[in-house]
Amino acid sequence: MSESTVQIALVLPDLLGTYGDFGNAVVLEKRMNWRGIKAEIVPVMFGEPVPDSCDIYVVGGGEDTAQTLAVKHLREHPGLQRAVTKNAVVLGVCAGIQIFGESFTRADQITHPGMGLIDSTSHAGGSRAIGEVLATPANNLFEGVLTGFENHQGRTVLGPAAQPLAHVKVGTGNDGSVEGAVQGRIVCTYLHGPVLPRNPQLADLLIEWATGAKPAPLDLPAVTQLRNERQRAAS
Amino acid sequence: MSRVGYPRVPTCALRAGVLARPAEGHAEPAGSIAGVNDSPARLPLRTAAAVRLGNMSSKLSQKMGLGAGGMIGGRIALKLDPQALAHLTDGRHVAVVTGTNGKTTSTMMLARATGALGEVATNHSGANMPDGHVTALSKQPDAPYAVLECDEGYFPAVAGASSPEVAVLLNLSRDQLDRVGEVRTIERSLRDAINALENCTIVANCDDVMVTSAAKDAKTVIWVATGTGWHQDSASCPRCGDPIRWEGEHWHCTGCDLQRPKPDWLTVDNALVTPEGVKVELALRLPGKFNQANAVMATAAAHTMGVPVDEAVRRLRGVSNVSGRYRTIERNGRKARLLLSKNPAGWSETLTVVKEADHPAVLVINAQEADGRDLSWLWDVPFERLQGRTVIASGERATDLAVRLTYAEVEHSIVPDPLKAVDAMPQGDVEVIANYTAFRDLNARAAENE
Ligand SMILES: [Zn+2]
Repeated sequence: MSESTVQIALVLPDLLGTYGDFGNAVVLEKRMNWRGIKAEIVPVMFGEPVPDSCDIYVVGGGEDTAQTLAVKHLREHPGLQRAVTKNAVVLGVCAGIQIFGESFTRADQITHPGMGLIDSTSHAGGSRAIGEVLATPANNLFEGVLTGFENHQGRTVLGPAAQPLAHVKVGTGNDGSVEGAVQGRIVCTYLHGPVLPRNPQLADLLIEWATGAKPAPLDLPAVTQLRNERQRAAS
Repeated sequence: MSRVGYPRVPTCALRAGVLARPAEGHAEPAGSIAGVNDSPARLPLRTAAAVRLGNMSSKLSQKMGLGAGGMIGGRIALKLDPQALAHLTDGRHVAVVTGTNGKTTSTMMLARATGALGEVATNHSGANMPDGHVTALSKQPDAPYAVLECDEGYFPAVAGASSPEVAVLLNLSRDQLDRVGEVRTIERSLRDAINALENCTIVANCDDVMVTSAAKDAKTVIWVATGTGWHQDSASCPRCGDPIRWEGEHWHCTGCDLQRPKPDWLTVDNALVTPEGVKVELALRLPGKFNQANAVMATAAAHTMGVPVDEAVRRLRGVSNVSGRYRTIERNGRKARLLLSKNPAGWSETLTVVKEADHPAVLVINAQEADGRDLSWLWDVPFERLQGRTVIASGERATDLAVRLTYAEVEHSIVPDPLKAVDAMPQGDVEVIANYTAFRDLNARAAENE
């Protein structure tokens, strides 16, 4: 693993890989490779220590038992938390947004401690939010709309240290008005699809943070077509 | 890169298991009706009337073109007599087949094999809920045997009503992402239902963690090593939540005593090994490792019902087309084989089948309610295996697939209409793999054109 290779940690794909989260890591890897930037995916499996030396960490979604097991593991092996203090880039999807916060409360009313990376708390909402989502990126973080598919019961409340990722136009997101969270170089979202294949601008923003340079333009016609189709389907 | 995410399929070592059951079977000519003692009990008046009315409406719905009439008759019969399923199975030898993938094929195989003993009532068309069972059973009121394909969610109700002699548990994985979490719930409900059954032999796939957990506490279990299992949904133990560890074909829970049981039957390269250690060539017409697994499960179940192993295998070799699956359609010099794959586990298996031949492939994806609307699972399927092949992305969600193929570095074009996609392929053999509603619609259109 040479110095110049961008390492993308795929965190606990055996527990948090339910929603095609592997796809987010693949998109980051390929979008760098295709532009001549060396990148590789480093899977971190359950039971293994979490390295603190990776450049990007991708954390996905899973069902309840898996999520509880995952947060226990990530608290016992705090490599991800150490990496954050070293400015690593982190993407957390679905379960990610819940376990990165201060705490999350399940439908059974049991509150679990989170990893404390994001100023947020999550709890189970009344109904399951399922369907296409359209949202406008907050603070001009990136261009174009954020598109994705949501499928979650959690609701998330952000504290003052966290900014929303986007403002919801269609769908539910955190609470019906904002979607996801950004705090430092940590980005969280409820959106699947997975989120990065559908939102190349967000993928390139994470790459820019990790490499320190704005990546060259990369035009993939299928991606543009998919974004158009999904926006039409949502509105 | 490719170290990630895909299931490791354990390979099976040749090893004879032990089975302390008498293995005598009594073969009878195909389609014969067994003796008087074996015929089903007379139906109570109410059920008989309900069934008659149900059959009538079934025929009516066929006539009016409302579908194959597969379920509507049963639905009416069940409304008129909620006990219809119990009455209709009373006095018959019943086998129930359930699991996420391979139900329809395994049911057809088991029905064929059981045909050695007498007439078999079975729900061929995938109408696998109680109304479908009632329809199938009432069409063959005198068949002494019944082999029922059953939706996992309905297994407790159907097994409870039909008191099966044999229950076949193939595999359990997630079918749709909008229903995630249900794998564990289903495992729990199957486990409870199985533990409540009396005088039932469970034939279970010991290479599937969820199935093993569901079957483990039953009184009589016959374990079949199929060499197939989808590990992604069973990283944590269904019983205690701790991680499952795999070492080659063996697996165990790191937190409790759940582990791979010693198999009685083995699936080996194109063959099975009986509990007595006898190797029997399968020589199936259906392709792929998962159909070999289906065949061994069906043989073990048929053997339990009394069919000699050789006779069972001979009969299921004849299966070549299962409700349109594996059907080949001819179009303008193209021979297209239709394959159904409903979920990541199914796609992963099917891609290994198409890998055996280097034919061009049309992949058809829809995301209707019955398919699941969340297409994130496309990223769990190792489409990378299609690199270097001629591929067309098709279906209502062809573009989602095209993006996945782009990142898998599989060259492709997009033709949303699957029949036009077949026409766009070079002349010769074409593989068409479609998910549920895409397959259903394509199959109906193909049948129209035939
Ligand atoms: Zn356990």
